[in-house]
Amino acid sequence: MSDNLIFRFEVLGNDFTSAGQASVQVKKNLRQLGFDSEIIRRVSIAMYEGEINMVIHAGGGVAEVIVSEEYIEIILEDTGPGIKDIEQAMQAGYSTASDTIRSLGFGAGMGLPNMKKNTDTMEITSTIGVGTRIVMRVLL
Amino acid sequence: MKISKMQELLEAKVLCGEEFLGRHVYSACGCDLMSDVLAFAKDQAVLLTGLVNTQVVRTALMMDMNCIVFVRSKKPGDDIIKLAEEHELVILSTDKPLYVSCGLLYTNGLAGSKEVKK
Repeated sequence: MSDNLIFRFEVLGNDFTSAGQASVQVKKNLRQLGFDSEIIRRVSIAMYEGEINMVIHAGGGVAEVIVSEEYIEIILEDTGPGIKDIEQAMQAGYSTASDTIRSLGFGAGMGLPNMKKNTDTMEITSTIGVGTRIVMRVLL
Repeated sequence: MKISKMQELLEAKVLCGEEFLGRHVYSACGCDLMSDVLAFAKDQAVLLTGLVNTQVVRTALMMDMNCIVFVRSKKPGDDIIKLAEEHELVILSTDKPLYVSCGLLYTNGLAGSKEVKK
C-alpha cells in the first residue's frame, strides 16, 4: 500500500470557471506515468463529471485519486445537501440542476450514469444534509 | 480530415494553435450540451459548438479532442484561448451556423460519432 501514489485536490464550490482543473491535472499526471490512453480517458471523464457535480450541487469538496498497481481509485467527498434518491439520480436524464447550469452546457442528467459507464466499480454513499461520498475504480 | 481542410471548408479564423493545423480529426461532434459530449463523443474528434465557456475546452481535453470550432460567430474570451493554448488545442471560429458547419464537414467526408442506442 505504501507504494500507492495519491493526488489530492480541493474543489472550489463557487467557481464554475475553474471547475475541472483537478481532472485536467490528473489526466496530465497519468499521462506522465505512462498509462494507456483508454484508461486515462475513462478516469478523466469519470472524475471530471464528478468534479462538475461537486461544483454544481455540493458547493465543492475534496477529490482524491489513488494509483495502485491494480487500479486507479477516484474518491469524491463533499459536505453538500446529499442525494435524496440515489437510484433515481442514477437514471439517465434525471437532473435537479438549475436552468443556469443547463445554459452552461451541463445538468442533463448524464453525469452519474456516465461515471458508472466509465469505471469498473462505483459506490455512492450519501446522507441528506451531511454530504456525499463517491468511490470509483478503474481496474488496470 | 486535416484541420486545415476544415478551416478552408468553414471559412474559419484560427484563434489559436496555428502550428497544429496539419493534425487530423477522425470524426466530429456538433453539440451545445457538454454533458452529451462527455457521454457520447468519440476520441480524436472535433467539437463544433455555439457554447462559449472554459468548460468547453476542458470537455474537449477530457475527450482527447484536438480542435474546437466555435460556430455562429461566437467569440471566446481570452481565458478560453489561454487554456486552449496551454494544452495545444486548435480553436477555429466560423460565421456559419452549427447545422451548416456540420453539413459541410459531413458531405466532405468527415464522419460523425456512431449512433446512440438507448
